[in-house]
Amino acid sequence: MLLFIAFPLVSVVLQSVHTAHEAVLVTVENCGPFGCKKETTIDQDATSAIRAAEPLGRFVGLDIYFDRGHLAIAEVKQAWTSTESLSAFFQTIGNLPFYRSMAFTLTFTFTVTPVLIVLGLMIALAVNTLSERIKGLVIFVSLLPMIVTPLIGSLILFWMIDSRGILGNAIQWLAAEPDLSLKASTGLTWIMLIVYGVWHSAPFAFVVFYAGLQTLPMDQIESARIDGASRWEQVRYVIIPHLMPLITFVALIQLMDNFRVFEPIVGFNAEAHAQSLSWIIFNDLGGETRQLSAAATSSVLTIIGVAILLSPVLWRTWQDFKGKM
Amino acid sequence: MSSIANRYPVHLKALIYGFIALWVIMAAFPFFWTLWGSFKVELDFFSIADWTNALTGSNTFNTYGSSFTTTGYRGAWIQEEFWRAAINTSIVCFFVVCTSLTIGTLGGYALSRSGYRYTFWLLITALMFRALPPITLVSGYLLPFFEWNLWGILPTTIIVLVAINQPFTLWMLHSFFQSIPKDLDESAKVDGCTQFQAFRFVIIPVMWPGVITTGLFSFLLAYNDFAVTSMLLSDDNRTMVPKIAAFLGTTYTEGNVMFAVAAVVSATAPLFILVMFFQRRIVSGLTAGAVKG
Repeated sequence: MLLFIAFPLVSVVLQSVHTAHEAVLVTVENCGPFGCKKETTIDQDATSAIRAAEPLGRFVGLDIYFDRGHLAIAEVKQAWTSTESLSAFFQTIGNLPFYRSMAFTLTFTFTVTPVLIVLGLMIALAVNTLSERIKGLVIFVSLLPMIVTPLIGSLILFWMIDSRGILGNAIQWLAAEPDLSLKASTGLTWIMLIVYGVWHSAPFAFVVFYAGLQTLPMDQIESARIDGASRWEQVRYVIIPHLMPLITFVALIQLMDNFRVFEPIVGFNAEAHAQSLSWIIFNDLGGETRQLSAAATSSVLTIIGVAILLSPVLWRTWQDFKGKM
Repeated sequence: MSSIANRYPVHLKALIYGFIALWVIMAAFPFFWTLWGSFKVELDFFSIADWTNALTGSNTFNTYGSSFTTTGYRGAWIQEEFWRAAINTSIVCFFVVCTSLTIGTLGGYALSRSGYRYTFWLLITALMFRALPPITLVSGYLLPFFEWNLWGILPTTIIVLVAINQPFTLWMLHSFFQSIPKDLDESAKVDGCTQFQAFRFVIIPVMWPGVITTGLFSFLLAYNDFAVTSMLLSDDNRTMVPKIAAFLGTTYTEGNVMFAVAAVVSATAPLFILVMFFQRRIVSGLTAGAVKG
């Protein structure tokens, strides 16, 4: 594990501070009958010799981190000094790829997570009241959206939501706008991705909460009822506090998972409107050019993001562990 | 349980059933719709004129003389050689599950039985690695693989998937082994077993539930992975998921969308069966992590 994960991590960090070698240029003076002419050509042999000798490329320090594709320090600074209002500033920043994808990733993470927790809790509470026989079937059906491959799940929804598909048609009919296409506008694409995200992860929350409900102490509920608590008050003051550790658990896991949102963007063909950090890495790696250093830099930035999200969990685990010792 | 106070008033009951019905439709309808549509021609699946066409399949009937056609499946499996991808997927899944279970069982057992401080750090590192998006690691693998000429073949992908999977397996099996009481090994050792014999004769017979659950999740990870397989495999060695993505990229022409639809249905079918048989295991696996925090 250390070899296969820690080593690539080091490799990623190394790559992120290097960039491809510049081609070796040779200037040759050709003198002909019509005077001399200087010609600059790329010395292919020398270039490939250098590239073979140092496959990582030359060392550029943190330059890639600050270039236009990533943190774009210069551009941000310029935008800060040249624009008057805050909204204009944010608009300029929003055009830089890194910040645009950051905006989408964060919006996605922080909308999907609360919504799916609420939905999962509602389903769990409802399923808990059903009779045994239906329960099994409902749980089976509920697992499907989560178990299915993310790319495939998003494709299935994408086909339905296509303006010629059934949901797309229904939405056009509801909005009474025959030309409405969910794919054409940025806002609707984001909503579509967020709905997919909730659909995909709500079952996880449901299953965890459902298991938590099984351990619910009945005497507490009963005493709450004797004290005159209504159904809503029982849920609010007895059940939710009982499930609180599970809610934090689900929230943390989902924050991490949603932060790396990637497959739905490919599946929904939504690259034009919504890009996440993972998608940027994928895009840099793919294609003809394979910009390894750019991808590595984005990777390092993503890892830092994950670390920030994860720090509360680590802190808690450390406290637990110290308590046990 | 069936006290009067526990009974639900009618309107609440109706609300609950309505909500459940809505959720069930939300969760299941897309799959059945796609399954139904995969036997139609594209004009029916994406019906501009009339959405009921997708149900009755009138265009399919006009073309093939019956409302169901397997053209999409034939195109995907035979013409586009989807079977190759299916075989690749099974190879990858099989080896990933076997390797990561072997390492995970031994490692998880060792970690759960050792009381040193470094086990904590190992587990925390595992947790951190689990949180990393797999794609961030891919760029780290690519360059060495290009250098050593290992890119594009199945074994390297299997190794990478095992590596990505390992933290999770280790974490899960560790908590599972901790739930097996230490007294078991200790009594075996009192009876004269060595540590390894204790593992072989006492622990292995009781560990299968945890191992099967972990294996299921490793399988799902290997099966569902898109980022790693699409980056590390050459075109001939693609597994199912990147293959479907490739269908979309290259063949978005009339009729070929149905190939992708058929391929999607084919790739979902094994998961369906898996959930059907192992529902209880999956649920218990998901909650095992939760209850222990």
